[in-house]
Amino acid sequence: MMDWQPLILTFRLAFVTTILLFIIAIPLAYWLAYAKNRAKPVIETLISMPLVLPPTVLGFYLLLAFSPNNAFGQWLDTSLGLRLVFSFEGLVIGSLLYSLPFMVHPIQSGFANLSPSLKEAAYILGKSRWVTLRRVLLPNIRPSLLTGIVLSFAHTIGEFGVVLMIGGNIPGQTKVASITIYDEVESLNYAAANTYSLILFVITFCILLLVYLVNGGHVKSYWK
Amino acid sequence: MIEFRLEKRLNFAEGGRKLDVEIQLRKGQFVTLYGKSGAGKTSILRMLAGLLRPDGGTIMVEGQQWYNHDNNIFLSPQKRQLGFLFQDYALFPNMSVRENLLFALPKGQSEAIIAELIDLMELGELQKRRPNRLSGGQQQRVALARALVQKPPLLLLDEPLSALDQEMRRKLQDYLLEIHQKYGLTTILVSHEPNEILRLSDTVFVIEQGRLVNTCPPRDLFSETGTQSFSCTGKIISLSEVGGQVKVELLIQGQVVLHLMEKEKNREWNVGQEVQVELDFSSLRVKKSS
Repeated sequence: MMDWQPLILTFRLAFVTTILLFIIAIPLAYWLAYAKNRAKPVIETLISMPLVLPPTVLGFYLLLAFSPNNAFGQWLDTSLGLRLVFSFEGLVIGSLLYSLPFMVHPIQSGFANLSPSLKEAAYILGKSRWVTLRRVLLPNIRPSLLTGIVLSFAHTIGEFGVVLMIGGNIPGQTKVASITIYDEVESLNYAAANTYSLILFVITFCILLLVYLVNGGHVKSYWK
Repeated sequence: MIEFRLEKRLNFAEGGRKLDVEIQLRKGQFVTLYGKSGAGKTSILRMLAGLLRPDGGTIMVEGQQWYNHDNNIFLSPQKRQLGFLFQDYALFPNMSVRENLLFALPKGQSEAIIAELIDLMELGELQKRRPNRLSGGQQQRVALARALVQKPPLLLLDEPLSALDQEMRRKLQDYLLEIHQKYGLTTILVSHEPNEILRLSDTVFVIEQGRLVNTCPPRDLFSETGTQSFSCTGKIISLSEVGGQVKVELLIQGQVVLHLMEKEKNREWNVGQEVQVELDFSSLRVKKSS
């Protein structure tokens, strides 16, 4: 009988990560798209690092930081009661960092591609930044928002290195599908590994296909 | 009364690095900022609107300080009472024509003004359409209506007609004149189109490399090129000989005009040729239009 827990855990992680990233990425992308600040290139670089850095490097430093033997980890443990190593919460934080560029970049380029006169026209009509963002800017970058959401979701599903470093494989806590596949292969259980792999393959394909259909205007054209 | 003095470091197309102009307007005037592109006209409008922060100077509108460098006063665009027409119309693509206008309506105010503007700008049939399904001229009419929803006393026009064809321009010029009078606006237009300037404005401020170099009525500025004789381009659509003379059919601005001219030995005319048509002062007949 197949154990569904790793898959459920994977999707729970992807879901929580995507929602949190969406909330974090909008102000960040807004700032990157519009601010003129000397620190901007540095921040942009940091956000893009997970694209090129081996996930194990990110995981390794997170492991050090979150470890209770460390000042920061100890502080988290004693003052907030948070144990981030080998826990689901820790995985969420790791995934947030790991998938950050996949949410920030599409939204940032969405903002940057809007004509600046839209924002200016709203300001001249007396609308605050917040109202302008909510009613003018965000509704007009919907395809970018969707792209960001789907890419972050799919990317979190595919996470392996970071999880392995800071999560280990505690069933129901940190043992996500990608880790399970590795585990099953290690114990020469190819049939089980194949089942998990196939499910991930199909789901990921469907998610990405959906994005291309929606953003390419194909869904609209089929609907009528 | 609107008066401003603006200083701003800019890089101009023709050299020079500093914009420094001082301009005064009376209420109800329709004026043009005229000059080559890159002379600083649009920057002046953007500074008036609060979209660009000057480096120095003051802006006073009807006794209200919008900007004063020395006292560190800078009103945000939200707080300045003005309408602004962008070159690219800046309609919100996610809203219908009507929603664009409603968005401009301050909370708790009557929708009567929207009905009035829809009527005035003849937008009734387009109300439910999205901007991407409108022509350029229609979009600019919506943008003009939207700029007027808050009944601003000051209207700024940043080359609003430059992307439109001749016919649409004339139509929009009519709308601009109408609303200027109806709502008692003070209007500042940025343009480098002599016909438009002559038709719309009472005063021209000539801007060169960030400086005000001339202030005069538009007639004075364009007298050398425009008012002594009337000229336009046309196209020959047929040629025939009638009793030693040449009968030409010309297509001028959508109208077919017949003309007889003397045969000249060393002049060749061809069908399809572009020609310059000039009308002398003395032969111009002016009649009341029906």
